[in-house]
Amino acid sequence: MTEEVNESRRNLLIATSAVGAIGAGFAAVPFIKSWMPSERAKAAGGVVKANISKLEVGQKIQVNWRSQPIFIVKRDKALLDTLEGLKGKLKDPDSNDSIQPEFAENIHRSQNKEILVMVGICTHLGCSPKVYAEIVPQVFDSEWQGGFFCPCHGSSFDISGRVYKGSPAGTNMVIPPYVYVDENNLIVGTDTLEGEA
Amino acid sequence: MGKAVNSSKSSSGLMGWIDARLPVTKAYKEHLSEYYAPSNFNFWYFFGSLSLLVLVNQLITGIWLTMHYKPDAAQAFGLVEYIMRDVPWGWLIRYLHTTGASAFFIVIYLHMFRGLMYGSYKKPRELVWLLGMFIYLALMAEAFMGYVLPWGNMSFWGAKVITQLFGTIPGIGETLLEGIRGDYNVSDATLNRFFALHVVALPIVLLLLVVLHILALHTVGSNNPDGIEIKKNKDENGIPKDGIPFHPYYTVKDIFGVCMFLLIFFMIVFLKPDMGGLFLEHDNYNIADPGSTPEHIKPVWYFTPFFAILKVIPNPFGGMLVMFAAIFALFLLPWLDRSEVKSIRYRLMPFKLAFTAFITSFVVLGYLGMVAWGPGEKLLAQVLTGVYFFYFAFIFFYSKNEKHKPIPERLTH
Repeated sequence: MTEEVNESRRNLLIATSAVGAIGAGFAAVPFIKSWMPSERAKAAGGVVKANISKLEVGQKIQVNWRSQPIFIVKRDKALLDTLEGLKGKLKDPDSNDSIQPEFAENIHRSQNKEILVMVGICTHLGCSPKVYAEIVPQVFDSEWQGGFFCPCHGSSFDISGRVYKGSPAGTNMVIPPYVYVDENNLIVGTDTLEGEA
Repeated sequence: MGKAVNSSKSSSGLMGWIDARLPVTKAYKEHLSEYYAPSNFNFWYFFGSLSLLVLVNQLITGIWLTMHYKPDAAQAFGLVEYIMRDVPWGWLIRYLHTTGASAFFIVIYLHMFRGLMYGSYKKPRELVWLLGMFIYLALMAEAFMGYVLPWGNMSFWGAKVITQLFGTIPGIGETLLEGIRGDYNVSDATLNRFFALHVVALPIVLLLLVVLHILALHTVGSNNPDGIEIKKNKDENGIPKDGIPFHPYYTVKDIFGVCMFLLIFFMIVFLKPDMGGLFLEHDNYNIADPGSTPEHIKPVWYFTPFFAILKVIPNPFGGMLVMFAAIFALFLLPWLDRSEVKSIRYRLMPFKLAFTAFITSFVVLGYLGMVAWGPGEKLLAQVLTGVYFFYFAFIFFYSKNEKHKPIPERLTH
């Protein structure tokens, strides 16, 4: 045995190690991918229907989509009129940094002005805020204009789900994709009626 | 040549036969009868062996619990009630496991406090400290996932809030979150994988790390309350003059510690297993409900200092980074503390004050992580988070040319 490095064997060693490492990389793929949602979970995360014919002003109905609560809240003119005046108190009044479908990129953050459809999960750490739809003083805000308040860490949102300054949450509440089948029925989880019988 | 080269008596007979094939006697000597530990171990040195005891308790009671439990979102909550009410002695086995979880963190925190106080993390014990910190990390993951298994409402919402942290990472967050949960929300899939990690993967990791932690310790030797190296003063046989064999001296001492520990442990198990909502939270006596957030979401007490730090930062992603930084900073201590003196006994007032402030900030943040915040609590938490991180900066600069009391040559008693 000499101390000299046999270059061709060294190269073979490097090539073998490289191929082995690539193989190990590929072998890891199924183990990592198997952590992603299963086909069953994906199917269950499809769409959900909601009927709003009996919804009263200030009332909330809740449906589950992808095991997230979806809030559907009816608003009247008094509540909608608060939206413009609140702009100065909000972190993201025009929802530039927030998640919503294109059709909800407006001040009322909805397709139909009166009906708010919103993922009922706080954008801070995933708690479920409660709706306080009356324009009356609350313990957490003496000038309350109606909206949502999260009991976990005290984030507050206006009646369009826009977050107030001073809240731990950074962005407005998420608006899911949805589409109206007719005046009183909507489907959450898609924004087209294609494929829906 | 088949005989063991060992000249001791055990080279013949059954032990001789085994020793020629497996170094049992050698390991016994190396780690027990001829492992020379400093002769001045005090109260604070109980907690290493006690954490081993608690680990064994968790393994045994955990195995027994899996015999009656199923990680199924539809059944899990009911099965825990079934274990408590119908399984013979099931209540005891479960309370041993739940109390053991909190006891584990109590002894680990005291063990870490000892290491910080006497400079046990410093050269040459950097790896002992690092491996210990990895044990602490693995233990936190283990405890978090175990807490989800009863599928109570706090299990659910705790899991949701903590996994949500990973969802705040820009770019990959959403995919990562679905990958962790295995669904679009915390669900049966999440429960199932947490079970797999809690009962199989993490215990294996923990055991491996514990073995490495002890091997590293026995390579460099134990530190002591004086923080001086006993290996520098050896007698003619190469045995440290200030060392005594671990067995029988410290085995006997530790048995006393075990008795005292078990006395307190069983008082809690039998008389106050929920510790007034600290060890078992009241909200977790309700079944998991994705539509109903508990009024006040908080983790179990052993996570609350870091939870308070998380809450201090308004941005969730920033909060997560700062929280992980608070843990990671501890990993760096062996290199941040550059002083030649180890033990607090020979360090001066500036260190003692900073150290006291650091420990106080951790404890008070732990309290703040449990309660609802008004403006006062928020301000206090902000200040204490500052104090916590200040310690690491302080130790780095202060220890460079640290003055200290004279360090003795031999142990003081």
